[in-house]
Amino acid sequence: MSILVFADAPKGKIAKAAYEAVYYGKQIADKSSSTVTVLTYGDVSDSDLAALGNYGATKVLVNKNIKEDNDEQLTAMGAAAVEKEGAKVIIFSFDPLGKSLAPRLSARLQAGLVTGATELPEMDGDNFTVTKSVFSGKAFSKNAIKTEIKIISLMPNSIKPVKGGETAQVESFTPDAAEGKIKVKEMKMDSGDGIPLPEADLVVSAGRGLKGPENWGIVEDLAKALGAATACSRPVADMDWRPHHEHVGQTGIAIRPNLYIAAGISGAIQHLAGVNNSQTIVVINTDPEAPFFKAADYGVVGDAFEVLPRLTAAVKKFKANN
Amino acid sequence: MHAYLCRNTKNFIARVHRINLTFVLLNELRQKIYTMKILVCISKAPDTTTKISFTDNNTKFNEDKVQFIVNPYDEWYALVRGLELKEKAGGTVTTITVGGADHDPIIRKALAIGADGAVRVNADAGDAYFTAKQIAEYAKDKGFDLILTGKETINYNGAQVGGMIAELLGQPYVSIASKLEVEGQTATLERDIQGGVEVVEGPLPMVVSCAKGMAEQRIPNMRGIMAARTKQLEVIEPAEVKSLTETVSFTLPPEKGSVKLIDPDNMDELVELLHNEAKVI
Repeated sequence: MSILVFADAPKGKIAKAAYEAVYYGKQIADKSSSTVTVLTYGDVSDSDLAALGNYGATKVLVNKNIKEDNDEQLTAMGAAAVEKEGAKVIIFSFDPLGKSLAPRLSARLQAGLVTGATELPEMDGDNFTVTKSVFSGKAFSKNAIKTEIKIISLMPNSIKPVKGGETAQVESFTPDAAEGKIKVKEMKMDSGDGIPLPEADLVVSAGRGLKGPENWGIVEDLAKALGAATACSRPVADMDWRPHHEHVGQTGIAIRPNLYIAAGISGAIQHLAGVNNSQTIVVINTDPEAPFFKAADYGVVGDAFEVLPRLTAAVKKFKANN
Repeated sequence: MHAYLCRNTKNFIARVHRINLTFVLLNELRQKIYTMKILVCISKAPDTTTKISFTDNNTKFNEDKVQFIVNPYDEWYALVRGLELKEKAGGTVTTITVGGADHDPIIRKALAIGADGAVRVNADAGDAYFTAKQIAEYAKDKGFDLILTGKETINYNGAQVGGMIAELLGQPYVSIASKLEVEGQTATLERDIQGGVEVVEGPLPMVVSCAKGMAEQRIPNMRGIMAARTKQLEVIEPAEVKSLTETVSFTLPPEKGSVKLIDPDNMDELVELLHNEAKVI
C-alpha cells in the first residue's frame, strides 16, 4: 500500500503547496506503515523531482509527455497510478489543479473526498476522519470518509514541512490516457516578482481606507520589505483599484498565512471569513471601534498613511540587523 | 367596392400568414442551429452576514433566525452567465437543486432572476457525491449543452459537485472559470491556475464551475418576481445513491485573546513583537 500525492508543477516549477502535500502524505504514511509516491507531469527536472525525497517521497512517477493541465487526461493518469501503486490514500492540494482533478477522480473511483483539509486525518481502526474548513473560514467540520480509497485535498499553509535527507527514486510513468477535449490556448501568468497569494506566508492587505489605487505604493513598499504578498478587501476589488485575484474574504479567496497585516479595512464579517484562520493578525485603522480589532492579535490605532511607512522603515531596520 | 376590399383583405391576411410562417421557420432554424440548453445547479446557503453556531452537540448547523440565500457563486456567476448566453443565442435555462421543500424560496428567487424552469430533487442532500450523482442522473438523457455550477458553496466550500458531474457524464470540466463565451458548439473560457489564468477551448457539452468575473449580479424586478410564481418547479424523486463521506461534527475556531495595542509612533515595538512573540518574521 502507498500514499499517492498528486503534485502540481506549473511551468516546470514544483508548487509550494505540493511540498506541503508530500510532507502531509508522509505523516500519514508513517502512521500507517506505508510509503509516499508522488505523481506529477510536465517539464520538471529530475533533480527537483528526486529532491521531493527531502519532504518524504520514496518514489516519484512523472509523465513528461503531458504538458497541459487537461482534466480528463490527468484523471485517467491518476486512476492508472492509483491502480499501479495500490494506493489507499490520495492527496491533492486544495489549489486550482486539485479543485479540477480531485472531484473527477473521486467520482471515477467511488472514493470519498474531503477538500480543504486543515489537519492530519484521525485514523483509528476503520474510522478515518478529516477536519476541514467550512462556512468560509468561520468554522471547521470533521468528516468521516467511508470508502476503502480515500481522497484528501489539503488547504495550503496548513502544515509546515520539515526537510529530511533522502532523495526519491524517479520513474517515467506514461499510461494510456486519451487526450481530453479541453485545449489550452494561452497561459497568462501574473507578473513574475509577486508571491502567489494563496501560498504566501506573509500578506499585507489594504481596504477603502487607502482612498484610491494611486496610494497603494505604501502597501507595496511594506510587502516588499517583508517579502509578503499583497491582498485587498472586496470594495477595493469591486472598484477595480486592485485586481480581483487579490480579493480575500467570503466571496474572494480564503487564506491562512502566518501573518496578515490589514490597513484601512474595517473587518466586516465577510472579510474576516477569508482571513481569520491566519496565525497572527495585525490591524491598522484610524477607528478604534473597527470590528477588525476584535479579531486581531496586534492593533495600531492610527492613520495608515503614517503608520505603514513607519512600519516599513522598522521592518527594513530589523532586516538589516538580523 | 366591398368585393375589392374583401379580396384585398384576403390577400393581406395571406401575406401576413406567409410572413409569419417565414418567421416561424427562420426562428425554428435559428433555434436548431444556436439554441442552447443550459442547466444551472443552485444550492442554498446562509446569508454572508450569518453568525455561525451549532446545535445537537455540535453535529448540526443552527438554522434559527438564519436568512437563507442562493449560494452567491451559483447566483451571481453561474445563473446570470447562463441567462446571458441564452439571451444571445436563444434557448432555455433550467435550474436544478437537491433538497427538501425548504429550498423552494431560493429556487423561486432564481426563477425571478430569469430562469425558465426549475427542478428540485426531493432529498435531504448527503455529501457532494450524492448531490452530483442526483444531478447527473437527471441530466444524462436531457441533452444539456452546458451545466454550470458556482465554484463552491459558501457553507461547505467543497468545490466538488461540478467535477463529479463531469466525470459521471463523461464530459470535460473547466473549474474556477472567470470568462465563458460560446460560439456555435465551441466554448472559450478563462480559468484560474496557480499563479495566473489560462485561456482554454473545448466542445460542448461541458461542465463549468463559475467564479467572479463571469457576470454581474442581477436584481430581480417586479415582473420577474410575478412571473416566477407561475413558472414550473418540477419536483422529482431521488435516485438511490450512497454518500461516500459524512459530516461527524463541527467546531468553531478558538476565540482570539484581546488585541494588544501598539503605539502608532513605535513600529519598532511591533516588529519586535512579531519577531520574538508571534515568531512570524
